[in-house]
Amino acid sequence: MDDLLLARSLFGTTMAFHIIFATIGVGLPLMMLIAELLYQKTKDQEYVVMAKRWTKTFAVLLGVGIPTGTIAGVQLSLLWPGFMEVVGRVMPLPFQIEMYAFFIEALFMSIYVYAAERIAPWMRILSLTLVAIGALASAVLITNVHAFQGTPRGFRYENGQYVDIDPWAAFFNPSFFVTAGHVALSAYVVGAFVVTSVAAYKMMKNEAGSRVYNFHKKALKISLIVGGIFAFFTATNGHEAAQYLHEYQPEKLAAAEGLFETQSHAPLAIGGFTDRETQTIKWGIEIPWALSYLAGDSFDTVVVGLNDFPEAMWPPLFVHTLFNAMVGIGTLLILVPLFVFAWRKILKKDYYPKWMLWGLVTMGPLAVLAIEFGWVFACTGRQPWVIYRVLTTAAASTTATNLNVLFISFIIVYIILGIAVVSVLLYFFRRNTELDDLERAEKKGVPLFSSNS
Amino acid sequence: MADALLAITVLWGFVFIYAIMATMDFGAGFWAMVYINREKTKATNIANRYLSPTWEVTNTFIVALVIAVYSLFPRAAYSLGTILLIPGSLILLLLALRSAFLVFSNIATDYRKPLTYISGITGIIIPGILISVLPVTQGQYVDVKDITANLDLTALLTSPNVYAFIGFAISSTLFLSSLLLADYSKASNEMEAYRVYLRDGKIMGPISLVMAFLIMITLQNEATWLFDKMMEDLPLLILSVAFFLIVGIGLYAPNPFRKGVKGMPRLSVIAVTIQYLIASYVYGKAHLPYIIYPNVTIESAFTDPNSFRAVFITYIIGFAILFPGFIYFWSLFMNDKRYLRQKG
Ligand code: HDD
Ligand code: HEM
Ligand code: HEM
Repeated sequence: MDDLLLARSLFGTTMAFHIIFATIGVGLPLMMLIAELLYQKTKDQEYVVMAKRWTKTFAVLLGVGIPTGTIAGVQLSLLWPGFMEVVGRVMPLPFQIEMYAFFIEALFMSIYVYAAERIAPWMRILSLTLVAIGALASAVLITNVHAFQGTPRGFRYENGQYVDIDPWAAFFNPSFFVTAGHVALSAYVVGAFVVTSVAAYKMMKNEAGSRVYNFHKKALKISLIVGGIFAFFTATNGHEAAQYLHEYQPEKLAAAEGLFETQSHAPLAIGGFTDRETQTIKWGIEIPWALSYLAGDSFDTVVVGLNDFPEAMWPPLFVHTLFNAMVGIGTLLILVPLFVFAWRKILKKDYYPKWMLWGLVTMGPLAVLAIEFGWVFACTGRQPWVIYRVLTTAAASTTATNLNVLFISFIIVYIILGIAVVSVLLYFFRRNTELDDLERAEKKGVPLFSSNS
Repeated sequence: MADALLAITVLWGFVFIYAIMATMDFGAGFWAMVYINREKTKATNIANRYLSPTWEVTNTFIVALVIAVYSLFPRAAYSLGTILLIPGSLILLLLALRSAFLVFSNIATDYRKPLTYISGITGIIIPGILISVLPVTQGQYVDVKDITANLDLTALLTSPNVYAFIGFAISSTLFLSSLLLADYSKASNEMEAYRVYLRDGKIMGPISLVMAFLIMITLQNEATWLFDKMMEDLPLLILSVAFFLIVGIGLYAPNPFRKGVKGMPRLSVIAVTIQYLIASYVYGKAHLPYIIYPNVTIESAFTDPNSFRAVFITYIIGFAILFPGFIYFWSLFMNDKRYLRQKG
């Protein structure tokens, strides 16, 4: 591999690894908060136990999320010094403000975990709310940098100089709200469905009607409601994100849809693979006129095709498949909670058959996959630009060579961390079963949150 | 000029805060490992009690530092990014293992020992590599070709000055953290742990001082410009050594407030912080106007004035918002007897 490709692969791998922990780190605090609030409302101890077990999971995931985020932040400067120089000059605000979000999250997370038993219940809820806000804010702000890469504003680039710099105009670039909204909503989708997966798995492993089964049934219900609602919002907002691409980054939308000829009444291709030679989608299903309608709310909308751009400026064509996979999963994540609802309320079945639980177990991993596909689509679909029509990736890259040793070292460390984090979680929850925690919660004066063993 | 000077002062402030917090953090991790088999003294418990709630906050400071570099001095970020690829990546790899295994060791209690060993050992190497950024910015190991700069690793690895810095970083890490933990164990009423850390402080103090002298001696040959400019502030350097003597008083003198207890660790912690503040001020001042000698100065690297103004405003607002949070945090973990004097 050449050095540019290595740098891209290394950074992409780092991000793909960080994003798993980061997204759950945004989504899970909302679930914890909902459980705490439900407890305050119902005084049902099981909700405190849920909050505690999710908090522990969150704390363990932080142990990987924080260092990999640190790697991401520093690697931006190490691998893309040309990019960070421009960001430093024009777009420093999101990173700067993100710092405060990180601090808030770090301070109040420690308070929520290590001082849980010493602070008043309202203070506990306030701390948790601040953790959730801090996590959300850091996601929104970092995504703003990504939004800026697609719709750069707040400067003019003349004779190799960046002039007329307005950092707030850069901050409020056109796609900020839509993109950040999509990332935030999809993080809540992931947080909820990860809970669904665990709950469904535990329901399968325990006798129906047992205490542990009922505990997880409650968690399953919350997670499906929260997940389903946010999946719906994610999809409507994703539709808007696609319309922004139509307006601001037409070649990205063309690559996402595999559209070569500029046309009105453009068809929507679902599934399949883009073929560069024949300029068609193989194995896909075509819905006539639909793309024009989706892009501009009318069938006459002219959608720009790839042939309007020089081939050297095309993004990689496989992004069509990634985009479709994300949308496909998104659709499924809306339909499944509706199906479960119909099963229970309309068909009036009061049990969960095994096949259904197995299906529910796959929801969490699928949601994480949608995140991965969405990000690789968003970053790779921007190629060859690192800042759209301003700075190419090649020009922003480090001049250092022999990146392969680094690439391998980072991959090894990610593998070690990945295996370790899963083992630690399995170990911890095997040692601390639901029943242990339920008993602890019933006894007064026994610490629940800070109990480690 | 005034803006660039203000910016470099902010950056230097971050470096200093992070340096102090990081030495406490990595040092505490190392001591937690060293005393893991001596359960009776509680020395490991004390270190963990400090470490558990604070490591995340400390880590956030390193991120703040990197962000400050590229938003205040983008041109320097460009050069540093290119030069520091190898040492920077090494730090990141070690930091990832260290933080993760620190968290894991608190959760997977049956495997606490091996996990603590991994985090303790990786943790104590990190300050040594981190500090090598300083000699790199002194310029003598950087090849500049056309517009690209490269780090000359052989020159770096054969320089006595670099080793003096590394030795200083590791010994100060152990020194400062043992002072802090002595104070922390005294506040927690763990007198056995207190005596252990007081003794460690007595051992590490003189070693750190020797290392500091070694830095100056090797600096004279390798970066004469810097040495000469530091010597212009000789009175301040002497004052810094005077504060070191106060640290010594805090370690050896009997406590006037509590009978039968030797040492005033709080005095030592404060004195050592002032000592490092003075010394790093002298180093930083002599380093100006260069960020990387002799190509990158604070002037040439400075960001756009509009961006600087915006960033500076967020600093003021951000820290105004965060300040009560820090105070509350401090009162819960550094000053609350219920936390400090818990069992186990
Ligand atoms: C659970 C995750 C998830 C789900 C179910 C969806 N998305 Fe998504 N999508 C993301 C997670 C995501 C993401 C990972 O968060 C991305 C990557 C970059 C970004 O801004 O968000 C993204 C990007 C992204 C983009 C590109 C934005 C850009 O490049 O600037 C578009 C057009 C859509 N999405 C559209 C949709 C549509 C129409 C969906 C309909 C169901 C959908 N997404 C579901
Ligand atoms: C979090 C999930 C993310 C994933 C999985 C991801 C993935 C990737 C991948 C695969 C690449 C390599 C591009 C290629 O194949 O050519 C890349 C590049 C890049 N991404 Fe992302 N990315 C993510 C988020 C972000 C965010 C939030 C930012 C904004 C700060 C960002 C900034 C960049 C930059 C600067 C590059 C390098 C230049 C380029 O190739 O365009 N990424 N990312
Ligand atoms: C949109 C994608 C991203 C999301 C949603 C996200 C979210 C988060 C969250 C929630 C955390 C806190 C740790 C946790 O809960 O696991 C975190 C940590 C971190 N992230 Fe990301 N992140 C994203 C991408 C990035 C990128 C591209 C960078 C690099 C600039 C980055 C830099 C960091 C850093 C430096 C930390 C550690 C902060 C600390 O020390 O406290 N993140 N991220």
